[in-house]
Amino acid sequence: MSFLVGENIFGGYGGADILHGCTVSVEKGEIAVIVGPNGAGKSTAMKALLGMLTVREGAVRLNGNDITHLSPQDRVSEGMAFVPQTNNVFAGMTVQENLEMGAYLRRDDITETMEQIYSLFPILGEKRRQMAGELSGGQRQQVAVGRALMTKPSVLMLDEPTAGVSPIVMDELFDRILEVRATGIAVLMVEQNARQALEIADRGYVLVQGENKYTDTGAALLADPDVRKSFLGG
Amino acid sequence: MTDLLNALVLMLNFVIIPATSYGAQLALGALGVTLVYGILRFGNFAHGDTMAFGTMFTIFFTWLFQGLGLSLGVLPTALLALPFGIGVTALYAISIDRLVYRHYRVKRSAPVILTIASVGVMFVTNSVVRFLIGTNEQRFSDGQKFIIKARDFKEWSGLSEGMKLKTTEALTVVVAGIAVAALFWFLQRTRMGKAMRAYSDNEDLALLSGINPERVVMVTWIITAALATLAGVLFGLDKSFKPFTYFQLLLPIFAAAILGGVGNPLGAIAGGFVVAFSEVMVTYPYKKFLKYVMPENLEPSGLMQLLTVDYKFAVSFIILVAVLLIKPTGLFSGKVIRA
Amino acid sequence: MSQSLRPILLFAAMAAALLAVGFGQGWPVMLVILNLCLISAVMSVGLNMQWGYAGLFNAGVMAFVAVGGMVAVLISEPPVMVGWEAGGARILVAGVMVATFSGLIYALRRFISRRWIKNWGTAALLVAAYFIIRPVFEGGVTAVESIAAASAGNLGGLGLNILVSWVVAAVVCMGVAWVIGRIALGLRADYLAIATLGISEIVVAVAKNEEWLTRGVKNITSLKRAPVPRETNLQQAEWFQNLVSTLSGTNPGDADFKTTVIEASSIFVKLCFTGLFTIVLGIVLFLAIRALNSPWGRMMRAIRDNDVAASAMGKNVVRRHREVFIVGAAILGVSGAMLTTLDGQFTPTGYQPLRYTFLIWVMVIVGGSGNNLGAVLGGFVIWFFWIEAEVAAQWISVNMEKVLTPYLDVVLISLGEGSLKVQHGVTWLKNAAPHFRYLLMGMVLLLALRFSPRGLIPEAGAARAH
Repeated sequence: MSFLVGENIFGGYGGADILHGCTVSVEKGEIAVIVGPNGAGKSTAMKALLGMLTVREGAVRLNGNDITHLSPQDRVSEGMAFVPQTNNVFAGMTVQENLEMGAYLRRDDITETMEQIYSLFPILGEKRRQMAGELSGGQRQQVAVGRALMTKPSVLMLDEPTAGVSPIVMDELFDRILEVRATGIAVLMVEQNARQALEIADRGYVLVQGENKYTDTGAALLADPDVRKSFLGG
Repeated sequence: MTDLLNALVLMLNFVIIPATSYGAQLALGALGVTLVYGILRFGNFAHGDTMAFGTMFTIFFTWLFQGLGLSLGVLPTALLALPFGIGVTALYAISIDRLVYRHYRVKRSAPVILTIASVGVMFVTNSVVRFLIGTNEQRFSDGQKFIIKARDFKEWSGLSEGMKLKTTEALTVVVAGIAVAALFWFLQRTRMGKAMRAYSDNEDLALLSGINPERVVMVTWIITAALATLAGVLFGLDKSFKPFTYFQLLLPIFAAAILGGVGNPLGAIAGGFVVAFSEVMVTYPYKKFLKYVMPENLEPSGLMQLLTVDYKFAVSFIILVAVLLIKPTGLFSGKVIRA
Repeated sequence: MSQSLRPILLFAAMAAALLAVGFGQGWPVMLVILNLCLISAVMSVGLNMQWGYAGLFNAGVMAFVAVGGMVAVLISEPPVMVGWEAGGARILVAGVMVATFSGLIYALRRFISRRWIKNWGTAALLVAAYFIIRPVFEGGVTAVESIAAASAGNLGGLGLNILVSWVVAAVVCMGVAWVIGRIALGLRADYLAIATLGISEIVVAVAKNEEWLTRGVKNITSLKRAPVPRETNLQQAEWFQNLVSTLSGTNPGDADFKTTVIEASSIFVKLCFTGLFTIVLGIVLFLAIRALNSPWGRMMRAIRDNDVAASAMGKNVVRRHREVFIVGAAILGVSGAMLTTLDGQFTPTGYQPLRYTFLIWVMVIVGGSGNNLGAVLGGFVIWFFWIEAEVAAQWISVNMEKVLTPYLDVVLISLGEGSLKVQHGVTWLKNAAPHFRYLLMGMVLLLALRFSPRGLIPEAGAARAH
């Protein structure tokens, strides 16, 4: 039994189903990546795990507990953290305030966590008094991830963290995500840059039309000629 | 030299002092409007009448305390009544939110629907005020009227122009200063204040961070009610209380908020002073002033008044039009609460 | 209830209510209400074009109504020749200068693309215009206002039939709306609201203070209102006396004949207005419905429901908004001129935003945003309640006084007039009664918006989710 599982999920945003029996899971200290063509329901699958859409059938379990009917806010307090694809920082607040807001639900001392994040993302420490909106795209993504980590989550979910950033920044971000994994957090990502993402993935899911098409380790998927041909451009 | 001093005193007495206290009143009003814009994302047409509501209750408590023989000596009794007025107004604002605005917030209605709902609230609030205190003018300032009397100043300085400083004018600036400092401390330093800014900045992310929107909205209404009551009471002490005048303050207050950039508290304060100074300076007759500063043979013949007081609303309007034409986001590019 | 039956039943109920007033409170009272219902309906149709068709928040309905009223004065009043001789020329020159500077500013903004030249140039021209025109204008104004200040002190008007002003009011209001539209359309919806609110305050300030134009707070009374006759003239007219005699069966010699004639003349005059207003409402309604169902109207609704998609499809949203704003303003202007015609006088202090702006909003929201018949019904229903609410409040307070006084001799702390006074609760109630209708209207607006956002007669086929 994995740490976070979405099992056989059917559902959508009120209209027709977008997910048709999709199953995704991730273990602590692992990176799982969801890839697939446009419109395959990758982000939708992640939002289903977070409770941002109506799950008509199937179940979401966190650490063995059924959380299918919890609100997103309640899941956050259960230890799930989410980094949206866009608008994922408080642009009018400083980097430090962004991190503080990430820890809004915590009542204990957050200075230690904040120091950990500054050591994980040194650039944020340097710019802690700057407005997040004034930072570069890559730095902003770091703020976004940092904000999500402030709750000391057990699962970190990232919706296309590398969308719109340069290849160098992308590599750096992936390095950081590997470091996050090293702290024992379960990481679940949706990615457009499928090849690079699968390279760091422990598990990979190839979604097509809301269904699992291929499921294997990242390396195995990269090696699979069918997957290469259809989804990784040869 | 004396002429120049006289001219300066004239300006201080008729332009700078009155405009400063009026500016502080407008700034407090505009802060309330801008907070509602920033957090609840609609233009609140009921704000002028909320000011009247808060002032009315402060007047009631003032009368009550006067009846009981309580007073603050040289300061107006209204100061003592102010916290009670704010309390009643905050309760009223929260109830209105529960009964009216929350529904549209949950449904995520377009802002303009909330604005129309605020028109309904304006009607209701207006009628409550008419019911309880009537439509007549009320003066409720007591205590010492002047800090500096014009005659005393003349005797002291030997100038022919006098300068007066009303207690209410000084009080306005002091109280507004304290209120603004407290507001900025709250927004900048407290957990709740930061949560409000976060909610204003990025609602979805604020929800993801576990910020409770209903708490944020409730605190916003409490602060808005406090600011509205403060603005209304200080205006009423300085001039007088008349419900319709408070409705008419909507225009300069919105002009100030838009000039500063909606949702920007610092901008709202700056906007309040810009509007107030423009209004007073444009409607002030400069004849006497020019007499002092110009050579004798160049004395002006007319009043040298740019606009009569009857058209003071035109000043707010012209400022508004200029902002809309030139920089619709305002001087300090608003939209979210930034402290 | 079927779609087509609902409006018929609602209008029938409205008619029944009016008839009940006729039988209960008398026909003159009923006709007074009916005439203002008709004018309200025209206003409501005008605002409905702006809000219902296009979703524009016009918080300055009063501006257009007041402009319409002023136009009625300026068209129908006879010119005051002494006033013209005294200062008319200077005011005219000032007017020409205003036009010249406006043209210059327009040309500057139109033909020069550098932003800073545009803005600073406009500012410079405005300042120059102010200092050049003002002395000319003021000299004229002082001269005009000092002539026969007690009876005139103004320039008067063109001395034309007041009906002409109904058309001219539309044209003038279109101009005003064009200017406001240039400034405030295309920005956030509430910016338009604030801008229009500002304009309405200024228009009323002009009406109150520019005595050379409108006599200001000295008011203009006894406007000529041809083609509708005056009551006193009617009472003298032989044909009218004969008519009354035939209809009532009384004879000129009878004791109560005179009162019958007076009453009949009042009813006759009101009926004349009813006829005129019905014709106007009919024309306006016909055109509004035609416009709504034309390609233009369909496009307008498409823009309202999704302006992003509409502008992506190449529709010029701001331009369409300006068009509908101008057309709606024209209708509001006509209603303003009609109102002043009916009143027979122009009293600037009477223009209150709650009555002339926000009450019209209640009419549109309650009637049915986007539906013209709904707007008409809203105008009728809300005006009816506005009037009858006060009557009801008076009646309730009087009766409560009767009922309560003997039993409830308790005192209430009165909250009015300078200090906490001890007063009978009933007395307070009586004083508060006139304000009851503001509460009622606020509640009606809030309840309609909440529980019946599509109104009494909803827009056909609209799936607007508020």
